[in-house]
Amino acid sequence: MTGQKTEASVAKRVKANRHLTDGGTPSLVGVIIKILLLSLMAAAMLFAVMILLANGDIAVGVLATVVTALVILIYLKRGLLPLKYMIPGLIFMMIFQVYVALYSGFIAFTNYGGGHIGSKEDAIAVMSQTGQERVPDSPEMEIRVLQNGDELGLLVLAPNGDGDRSWAFGTADQELTFDRVAGDAASPVVPGFEELNFQGILGVQNELFDLRVPAQSFYPSAFVITKDGSYGYFYQPTLAYDPQADSVLRITDGKEFFDNGEGNFQASDGEVVYPGWREMVGFDNFTKAFTEERIRGPFLGVTIWTFAFAIITVLVTFGMGLGLALLFNDKTFRGRKVYRVAMILPYAFPAFLSAMIWRSMFNEKYGFINQVLLDGASIPWLTDEWLAKLAILLVNFWLGFPYMFLITLGALQAIPEELMESAKIDGATPMQQLRLIKLPLLLVSVAPLLITSFAFNFNNFTLIFLLTGGGPKNIDAGLNAGHTDILITLVYKLAFNSGEGSDFGLASAFSILIFFVVGSISYLGFRRSRTLEDLN
Amino acid sequence: MDVEVTAKSRKEHKKALASLNDARRPSLALQLKKHAWKHLIAIAVGVYAVFPILYIISGSLNEGGTMTGSNALFSKVAFGNYVDLFNNPYKPFANWFVNTIFVSGVSAIGSVFLSALAAYAFSRMRFAGRRAGLLTLILVQMFPQLLALVAIYALLSEIGQVFPFIGIGTHLGLIMVYLGGALGANTYLMYGFFNTIPKELDEAAKIDGATHTQIFYGMILRLAAPILAVIGLLSFIGTSSDFLLANLILVKPEDKTLAVGLYSYVADQFNQEWTIFAAGAVLAATPIVALFLYLQRYIVSGLIGGAVKG
Repeated sequence: MTGQKTEASVAKRVKANRHLTDGGTPSLVGVIIKILLLSLMAAAMLFAVMILLANGDIAVGVLATVVTALVILIYLKRGLLPLKYMIPGLIFMMIFQVYVALYSGFIAFTNYGGGHIGSKEDAIAVMSQTGQERVPDSPEMEIRVLQNGDELGLLVLAPNGDGDRSWAFGTADQELTFDRVAGDAASPVVPGFEELNFQGILGVQNELFDLRVPAQSFYPSAFVITKDGSYGYFYQPTLAYDPQADSVLRITDGKEFFDNGEGNFQASDGEVVYPGWREMVGFDNFTKAFTEERIRGPFLGVTIWTFAFAIITVLVTFGMGLGLALLFNDKTFRGRKVYRVAMILPYAFPAFLSAMIWRSMFNEKYGFINQVLLDGASIPWLTDEWLAKLAILLVNFWLGFPYMFLITLGALQAIPEELMESAKIDGATPMQQLRLIKLPLLLVSVAPLLITSFAFNFNNFTLIFLLTGGGPKNIDAGLNAGHTDILITLVYKLAFNSGEGSDFGLASAFSILIFFVVGSISYLGFRRSRTLEDLN
Repeated sequence: MDVEVTAKSRKEHKKALASLNDARRPSLALQLKKHAWKHLIAIAVGVYAVFPILYIISGSLNEGGTMTGSNALFSKVAFGNYVDLFNNPYKPFANWFVNTIFVSGVSAIGSVFLSALAAYAFSRMRFAGRRAGLLTLILVQMFPQLLALVAIYALLSEIGQVFPFIGIGTHLGLIMVYLGGALGANTYLMYGFFNTIPKELDEAAKIDGATHTQIFYGMILRLAAPILAVIGLLSFIGTSSDFLLANLILVKPEDKTLAVGLYSYVADQFNQEWTIFAAGAVLAATPIVALFLYLQRYIVSGLIGGAVKG
């Protein structure tokens, strides 16, 4: 009896105190704001999904609907608090960090790039629209431009080219035919259409350029186009796709091209026609990087330089920073504050501007270094292979030493005074104090930051791109690679700046390789700093 | 007798102390002599550090000059370049400035807000997958967004075909990309700060009937406001200095940010227009340098924080 009572009262108390564990009872204003925001989002997503579906992106549309529904459900349901707080950031992270990373991985296994952008259907459509030439031995024809509302039509004189001077008519949607033309040869009439005078033709110039009147009954897959509104010509696509054989026929010379399974139509003698389409190519991009001579050579050179650049930068800037920190970690040294501000400036100054300023100082003809410091010498700082590398390192020392100075100074000041004092009492020389006490303690705290600095410089796109642009160009390389390119600038050039057309697939393959390098090094760094174990 | 001795010894003691103090604070001349070589090194390094900045300031004041003419530092002091800078319709500096503030400002505020939300959940709630979530954040940090530049470009152009207002060439598209990096960059840092706010405060508020949103907006955000501001400003500095993503995504001259826009000076006619570029560089750098010096101690402690702990 009493037991039951207690149970009931406990349940009652638990119920009364529920607001302590489930987030409390929401206020009216809170609920209104929540409902407003959710409806806004739902409306925007509804609009977006409709556009997606109208565009035929069914999969994305369905995914967007499901995600939206889930989000609304989570916010309307009581509980699930952690999710409520994380969803906004998670959505952005999922799309622009996780998805793009996975997408890079996917692209690395495709031939995506300049000649291979869309689907096979897109490629076929482009082929039959763009590659076109005038039908051989077809007549030049006098034409008149007719208009009915927004629709344009062409009246074509004597399309048969056999002396029969009768008019034919057609529009973008309607085949060229003699049937619709009334009136006589001198004044032809098409019911519903009105003839445009010169002024009127000028007004529809752009539409007229795009107008193609199909005329397959005159020549195979031909159409009539006009450039000036007074003469018209029969044109034919150079390439015709045959859906039965899944092949492409070049009409001009009758050569046949077949799907080669690698995103192109290819003839038996190896000739391919462009554009191609996106196709999975397996590990081709990776094997290319290691086996094809024209890629392997520059790739290896760039990789070595990337490591050298990052390692030398970290070591030298750390050395400079440590030296300065030892100099400044002396309370009797006056004027430290002034010097300190001066030395922090390169770190405070935006790096992209520093790179551009140094670029002008290193300018061969006009720059300060050649003109003033070297008394008018013309030393090719940025255009000689080795001097450019040296220039990059010099600039990066300038950019990097203040950071190292700050972190080593901080770490030095964190070493307890007593340690140094007891070392002094034990008779340690200053050199011994540095080597045996300061350095080991310093390295423990600074090592993870040195690793971070390495990872940062490994991908220091801004400096390289803005200072030398990766140049001077390596003329022996089969790739568009320069002597000072590091891996990330090479990725950029391959994708967006390549002489031979961009190659997204190969570029992504390279960025996956960089990821493994940087990822494993950062992992080592994190393990050292014990961040992972500290999680609780 | 006793008293006299004490007085005498006290005097001696004082004298000894004074001499000790003198030894600690030598005269300026003596100090300079003692540290002469240190000053020499410090001055040399200081000149190395400051020179490029003086050079660009001097160049910006060299009205109507070229790069060659600017090698004689401060031979001319006039502000014509700053006027010309704003009067070039092909290189609309004012637009770049506003764009940079808009893009970096919205990204910074958005990113602080998004990561504060997540950090609150990690700091105050216990749920399945919490540790895994924190670990994931650290792992995601290891994949720098810029490595996915190809995929980001491809994705944004695909998005742009359906929704042109957030595709390639739009500020919104760029901001979304920056926000994508928000959770990875700041959450862990804020999580640490939120953990230092006593949980007892939350509990007291809960007993008084506060909801979780009231605790978050009314208490946590307010208590952490100074540190949120610092993180936001740091993120502003970082975003406004980004070249790669902005260069990838922004297309039209009037849409560019300072980093991308000023690069167009480097690309063509660098010698002739150099002093105008210099003026632009000075204007672009001033707010960032000022912010940086203002936030110095936070930056330094932020750099050290994690390290000293290890």
